[in-house]
Amino acid sequence: MNELLTPETKKEMDHWLNKFPKGKQRSAIIGSLHAVQHQNEGFLTSELMDAVANYLDVPKIQVYEVATFYSMFQTKPAGKHEISVCTNISCMLRGSDAILNHIEHKLGINVGESTSDGKIFLKEEEECLAACTGAPMMMVDHVYIENIDIKKVDEVIDKLTSKS
Amino acid sequence: MSKLNQVIYSNINDSNSWTIDEYLKQGGYSVWKDILADQENKNSNWIIEEVKKSGLRGRGGAGFPTGLKWSFMPNNDDQKYIVCNSDESEPGTCHDRDILKYNPHVLVEGMAIAAYAIGATVGYNYVRGEFMLECYPRIEAAVKEAYEAGLLGGNILESGVDFDLYNFLGAGAYICGEETGLLESLEGKQGKPRFKPPFPANFGLYGKPTTVNNTQTLASIPKIIENGSKWYSDFGTEKSPGTLIFSISGHINNPGNYELPLGLTFNEVIEIAGGILDERKLKAVIPGGSSTKVLPAKIIENCTMDYESLQSADSALGTGAMIIIAEDTCMVELLKRISRFYFAESCGQCTPCREGTGWLYRILDRITNGQGLSGDLSLLEDVAGRIEGNTICAFGDASAWPVQSFLKHYHHEFKYMIENKGKSVAAG
Repeated sequence: MNELLTPETKKEMDHWLNKFPKGKQRSAIIGSLHAVQHQNEGFLTSELMDAVANYLDVPKIQVYEVATFYSMFQTKPAGKHEISVCTNISCMLRGSDAILNHIEHKLGINVGESTSDGKIFLKEEEECLAACTGAPMMMVDHVYIENIDIKKVDEVIDKLTSKS
Repeated sequence: MSKLNQVIYSNINDSNSWTIDEYLKQGGYSVWKDILADQENKNSNWIIEEVKKSGLRGRGGAGFPTGLKWSFMPNNDDQKYIVCNSDESEPGTCHDRDILKYNPHVLVEGMAIAAYAIGATVGYNYVRGEFMLECYPRIEAAVKEAYEAGLLGGNILESGVDFDLYNFLGAGAYICGEETGLLESLEGKQGKPRFKPPFPANFGLYGKPTTVNNTQTLASIPKIIENGSKWYSDFGTEKSPGTLIFSISGHINNPGNYELPLGLTFNEVIEIAGGILDERKLKAVIPGGSSTKVLPAKIIENCTMDYESLQSADSALGTGAMIIIAEDTCMVELLKRISRFYFAESCGQCTPCREGTGWLYRILDRITNGQGLSGDLSLLEDVAGRIEGNTICAFGDASAWPVQSFLKHYHHEFKYMIENKGKSVAAG
């Protein structure tokens, strides 16, 4: 089962394991799931979650519980590049709704969906992303882009869609 | 601007303030080294007393006195932990992000001093998952640099003191900002808050004595010890000593993080941030993150920005995240967005919160869709009242307070929308 995990992923999981006392390997589940999701280009599968449980020597249910609780983990197939538009209040006051509408329209999908070519996942973001003083903002593959407007959004997305 | 950035942000400059070289150049780690070299005089009690005298209160939102919190740690041989809450996610708040990004070493030094004071030999800094590529590499590099400089690890600088510090990365859950939810998450579980008591000082990480402090709180420590408690408490007012980083967002000309002495008037703070956006008129302010109660302009304009003034105005200083709302903003739509957030982020453990937050959101949703019923406003108050005080953690209260305060101050806007099939007063 461990062969599902790449050497880089295992190295990353060992890095997390080393941070916790002996017998507390459960603490490494979150870090491990980040590594595995990255390896699988944006989402988790049952097989990968089972491989994490096996590698860490924890019950599978403990991995599933974490994977389904935290919003950064996707347990259904999702596009390779992830876009999150913050629509919490500070961003809302600075026009984030129009930006999200524009992106939905441009990509032809609703928030929470991925494009049919599997390139882009438009994540439903409920949490404030803590960049309120740069509102409106969005996060593209975990990179914060602040003070966005339609023009900037178009540039970013066009660059993403032209990438493989 | 002489009032600005005098403690936590004081060493942030145009050069690479996040590197250990720059931090050392500005006198960084001198406090930590002094403590290690003079443990007889600079012992645990002395540090805790200094922090108590400084009047520093937890900057994560609750405002609990930091020195007092530290003094709750038992004096025994048990393994103890210091945990930093860098899970910054209270809507409107983004100042810990700048500490992690531009001044990570002050946090490392603050955590080391706190650990020494409470007798912890291991520390974890819980960073929110979304900071993965932006802040996390900076704080991770800072910890590595501090180890390489011999300032962390075993028998630090031959002092006999041990302190190991690790960074942790969350994965997206607002509830992990609640300290016991954070500890659960650090243990690799769902971030569902624990019953208190027992408090973390007695039963914390892995069941061991633990102190959880916010990033800004811990980042304030080195300067307080360096310059003395009086130096720090002289900023601010008698009851709200020190400085606070205000994240000012929304309808403001120069949104930003401003570290300011507590107790300035609201109008002074707004002036420092460039005034209300495009000369518009101020309508309301959410003064300390979305969990604090909204205050109309006419109330907050008479407030000073400190714990007491905002409390007596029936709101709170919270995290110091001031969300500025100008005229023509629809308060019903704004509250609906706030309620959507609490509905989505409720961990689901307590029935009043899990079910109640959904009720609040759905009622507000139907009001904005023109399907509001005449009894909806009393229903909202009823549901909010049934959540408040009936849950394990303060999240339930935080979901109820915005509803109660928006209805208290803007009742007419809600009523108008129900009577006019979803039309907003603000739409004119």
